[in-house]
Amino acid sequence: MRILTIDTSAIASAAVLDFDPLDLVRTTELVANFATDDTRSHAEVLAPGVKSLFTDPVVEGPALDAIVVGTGPGPFTGLRSGIAMARTLSFTWAVPLYGMMSLDALAQQVFDTPARRDGRAVGPLAMNDFVVATDARRKEVYWAKYNAGAHLIDGPHVGPAEEIFGVQVFGAGAGLYQDVLESNGCSVHPTFAHAQPTAFELARAAARRIAGAGSLEAAGFLQSTPLYLRESDAKVPGPRKRAL
Amino acid sequence: MNHTQPLILGIESSCDETGVGLVRGTTLLTNTVSSSMEEHIRFGGVIPEIASRAHLDAFVPTLQQALVDAGVSLDDVDAFAVTSGPGLAGALMVGVSAAKALALATGKPLYAINHLVAHVGVALLDESIAAVNDDGGLPENLGALLVSGGHTEILRVRSIASGVELLGATIDDAAGEAFDKVARLLGLHYPGGPAIDRLAKEGNAKAIRFPRGLTMPKYMGTPEAPGPHRYDFSFSGLKTAVARCVEGYEARGEDIPVADIAASFQEAVLDVITAKAVLACKEQGITTLLLGGGVAANSRLRVLAQQRCAAAGIMLLVPKMSLCTDNGAMVAALGAQLVMNGVVPSELSFAPDSSMPVTSISL
Repeated sequence: MRILTIDTSAIASAAVLDFDPLDLVRTTELVANFATDDTRSHAEVLAPGVKSLFTDPVVEGPALDAIVVGTGPGPFTGLRSGIAMARTLSFTWAVPLYGMMSLDALAQQVFDTPARRDGRAVGPLAMNDFVVATDARRKEVYWAKYNAGAHLIDGPHVGPAEEIFGVQVFGAGAGLYQDVLESNGCSVHPTFAHAQPTAFELARAAARRIAGAGSLEAAGFLQSTPLYLRESDAKVPGPRKRAL
Repeated sequence: MNHTQPLILGIESSCDETGVGLVRGTTLLTNTVSSSMEEHIRFGGVIPEIASRAHLDAFVPTLQQALVDAGVSLDDVDAFAVTSGPGLAGALMVGVSAAKALALATGKPLYAINHLVAHVGVALLDESIAAVNDDGGLPENLGALLVSGGHTEILRVRSIASGVELLGATIDDAAGEAFDKVARLLGLHYPGGPAIDRLAKEGNAKAIRFPRGLTMPKYMGTPEAPGPHRYDFSFSGLKTAVARCVEGYEARGEDIPVADIAASFQEAVLDVITAKAVLACKEQGITTLLLGGGVAANSRLRVLAQQRCAAAGIMLLVPKMSLCTDNGAMVAALGAQLVMNGVVPSELSFAPDSSMPVTSISL
């Protein structure tokens, strides 16, 4: 099975992953991968990035089994660029489209990262429930809570980091508000203090979900509806101010 | 690719209309538009974030509908064209991302085009105004007056594919924006243009003398020594003058003569627009003037523009309304002109430009 994933909830990224759902461990192969460092160039780099994943997208695109797009939460304009791209590719290639919460990509990455002592793996990084947080701008974070098996148990939310208590927190949102989180009894792991959701990790999380469910259709993916979590700032205007 | 009669799919998302149009050469196949206007009514104007969200959800269904209506498939399309500016940044981004996806998924060229020049190119699609000359192009000595909620511009069009020049523009509010704001002052509903047009018919346009922006000699200068804003517009002072006028009636405890105010305000806007457009035509050797933008629907603008153009010996072209307002067909029409003129397509790495200058016809 071959899937294309796109995530623009923070950085812009895309990946093509090939795997056999019956034997994920031995068959998973990252065919191609693209990711930016910054979070503000989606409009320019996303399309060339997706194109670079293929030798000939016109032929290889329609042969994909699925497209999975990160549905955020994330800053609106960037998030929409990825979803608009994914929806249009899905329509043009007639390939089914699924959505997945972008924070799941980071949770998957935490789950896959072993804790190390003296260079040796000594069990999982997150032994208990943990939180994944990304930058929501405006002094807030997007966050969700997962159990140690990286299954979502609460969220997604948007709010100040002050709302998160007593857990390990992973992701760029944790690094930004480390002091606040630590005073709330949270710990921030240094290797994840700048981590962003990526299409590569989203693809791995999707593959794991497909393998667990036995099929794409049964994997319980979301639709591609963006998780904005905030309304537009527009206010219905009040009565006119009078100057006389 | 077919370079003589190319089949172009055009995408528009610069404001609140999601448009997909299909054009073959200068023949309109379909013009499918989905508008989020209803969602903006309670705010009294277009809210960019709400418009952007609506574009995302409307795009694929609008595309699908356009292809069905035209009876073509994406395989038949020779190239894509998309509005890359000017417009609302977040709204542009949706159409641009989708257009890039179409180009990369099909391996076909994409043209990132200027919204304002597309408003000119659309004239080629309307057979009833016979804007197409014998060579299949636009008339010689062509000018355009674009009046909408986001734009108020006078353009000179030397060549639709390579030479468009800005002669004048609003320095603050667009004319349509002024209609919306004054409509609110008068307790009318958004969109303000149709509401004021309707009410003004019952009022006296000479009842109140509202200011004509940027018409004083220090701004106008002379033909030999033009002032700094000879062909430019300003409507924010007019809007304030209407507000003061309304407040004056309220302070005196008098009934507000809304119809007279609507008619007088509308006359002030349209008097300046038509006078300056005709002045620009006369001084710049423009013999055909094309009207575009949503305010072209205003009945008084049509009458006044027709009278003044006729008196000055200028031919006025007004495309049908579905082509005057924002739409994808105009984007496709300009895209077709670029293909026919051998213009190089855009790279996939272009960025939308919310203030794209009119001299930049494509990126």
